[in-house]
Amino acid sequence: MSGELHVRDLGKSYRQWGSEWRRVASWFMPFIAPREEHWVLKNVSFSIGSGEAVGIIGQNGAGKSTLLKLITGTTRPTQGTVQLSGRVAAILELGMGFNPDLTGRQNTYHSAGLMGHSQADIERAMPGIEAFAEIGEYFDQPMRTYSSGMQMRVAFSVATAFKPDLLILDEVLSVGDSYFQHKSFDRIRRFRDDGVSIMLVTHSLGDVRTLCDRVILLDKGRVLKDGLPDEVVDYYNALVAEKENAKLSVEQRREKNGWLLTKSGTGEARVKTLQLLDVASGNEITIAQVGQAVELRLEASIHADIPRLVLGYMIRDKQGHVVWGTNTWHTRQIQENVKCGEVVVFRLPFNCTLGPGSYSVSPALVSSETHLINNYEWIDNLMVFDVINVERDIFIGTNWLDARFSISRQNEGTH
Amino acid sequence: MFGMLIGAWRYRYFILSSIKTELRVKFIRSRLGALWMILNPLAQVVIFAFVLSAVLSTKLPGISNRHAYVIYLMAGILGWSLFLEIVNRCLTLFIDNGNILKKLVFPRIALPLIVTGSASVNNALLFFAILLIFGVLGHVPGTALIWLPPLMVVNVALALGLGLALGVLNVFMRDVGQIVPVVLQFVFWFTPIVYMVDIIPEQYRGWVFLNPLIPIITGYQNALLYNHAPDWAGLGFVALVATGLLAFALVLFRKASPEMVDQL
Repeated sequence: MSGELHVRDLGKSYRQWGSEWRRVASWFMPFIAPREEHWVLKNVSFSIGSGEAVGIIGQNGAGKSTLLKLITGTTRPTQGTVQLSGRVAAILELGMGFNPDLTGRQNTYHSAGLMGHSQADIERAMPGIEAFAEIGEYFDQPMRTYSSGMQMRVAFSVATAFKPDLLILDEVLSVGDSYFQHKSFDRIRRFRDDGVSIMLVTHSLGDVRTLCDRVILLDKGRVLKDGLPDEVVDYYNALVAEKENAKLSVEQRREKNGWLLTKSGTGEARVKTLQLLDVASGNEITIAQVGQAVELRLEASIHADIPRLVLGYMIRDKQGHVVWGTNTWHTRQIQENVKCGEVVVFRLPFNCTLGPGSYSVSPALVSSETHLINNYEWIDNLMVFDVINVERDIFIGTNWLDARFSISRQNEGTH
Repeated sequence: MFGMLIGAWRYRYFILSSIKTELRVKFIRSRLGALWMILNPLAQVVIFAFVLSAVLSTKLPGISNRHAYVIYLMAGILGWSLFLEIVNRCLTLFIDNGNILKKLVFPRIALPLIVTGSASVNNALLFFAILLIFGVLGHVPGTALIWLPPLMVVNVALALGLGLALGVLNVFMRDVGQIVPVVLQFVFWFTPIVYMVDIIPEQYRGWVFLNPLIPIITGYQNALLYNHAPDWAGLGFVALVATGLLAFALVLFRKASPEMVDQL
């Protein structure tokens, strides 16, 4: 059985009845209409195919939780349909129905029962649940003696003990200590590799980039964008800035090399040129060697008087993970009272200790440490360069470490 | 309606384990454990017995045993406590379980079934405790004891119908949760539990049939004290009322379900 999800024209309105008696009467007399309707979700359509991992992102109040409730069926849609196939597991909150006076084992029975599993199934899964939680003796102790992290370990183990066809997750990947976070993330990833369809609702854009094949951006109860992770996530970032800066515009296009360029900003300061230079020769390059001395040079043109100018950089790898980033606010090099017509040149020399691969540079011209206050110009993936390894021994990863093995050999017993 | 039953059947393990859990939790933290479940109604019996029998020295017509009043009280309280527990717990059932209802999909009918199950077990424990006290007092109930199960069934149906309907309304109008306990106090005193039905003045006797609890409670008293069969006509009428109420409550529950989660 394959897990699929089809959402068609889904909408949810909360109704105001004026008085509760009118509401009760409406159950028996359908002609009684509500006084007011407040739509929190409208005309939402999308599908999740078999084996697909889809992320849902959006700001608070965008309708993510409502969408989840509608899909899992805890509340019913006002319009439209939700069609699910396969065994569906929805984890909207961990530790549902846990009782602090019961032991971890008893709570496991109870909680798994609440998910609809039979006694025999739970018994069969029990050793696996106990092993995955890794809380040792505590598993047979009352849950009130647990730390909150231990509770979450048991909760996550129970919730994911049974492999579904479609897994719906709401912000539950970051539970427990970092060891357990890795472990739980790994379990989800293994589910995905086994062909389980996944719908992940999260605020962690990093999780979305790593886990999802597709991302849907919800805004004000509507699907704003549905596409590849980098495209939607960058658009979302630009959108967050837009909330703060009313006259800001967002444009997006995919470059020939596959990187997605997202540009937003109010335009008081603009990037005129951005170059990567070889320090020795002063020539512009697009391919750097591991260890080469290079320099990022950005010229910003100023189109209005601005009190403070800060430049921020982000260097990303092909998967979209930020490899390095900082800004001149953190380095205490804020440019003050920049006048219209000036050109500000920022030079950033560094040793290219990146690993072989393709990297992008995203500059942001802002006024403080975030782009939320004044976003003059923010361009995701404006420039792309490749790093190749010519001189060093072969290594993998996004960082070159100046590390060498030291090896010694001894015969046992003759120290 | 059929779907509800199928859902409940699929979740039978959960329902059973929840009932077990509720009982277990009561045992775990307190030293007397389950004793508390029966001590509360028994304390009520002791109070009434002392105040009314010893202080006010009420006489029971037609009973020779000097402990007759205590037995009479216990029979009434046995029926009343089952009714009360189910109504009270159903009243706040959906509000108490709001978080689970919002976050998990499961047959919601399981919740009242769990309440019914655990209340019935509690009541059975109380019943055995009462039998024990009967023995100590030298009263041996007769064969009319076999009428107790059908009485319990009617009692549960009535309580569940009433409790479920009120519980659904309570989600939307929280005043219901405040009014009902007050009303239940009146119902307690308008039901012949601590007094005899004959004491009611002649001019109000006609109103008595409006209280559906009376045939049930007198049925308990008949079975446990007088060794009589219940008054079938009265009980049949109440069974009809209870069935109607239960059907109404289930329809209300079904109609309200879509909006209930939005209000929790």
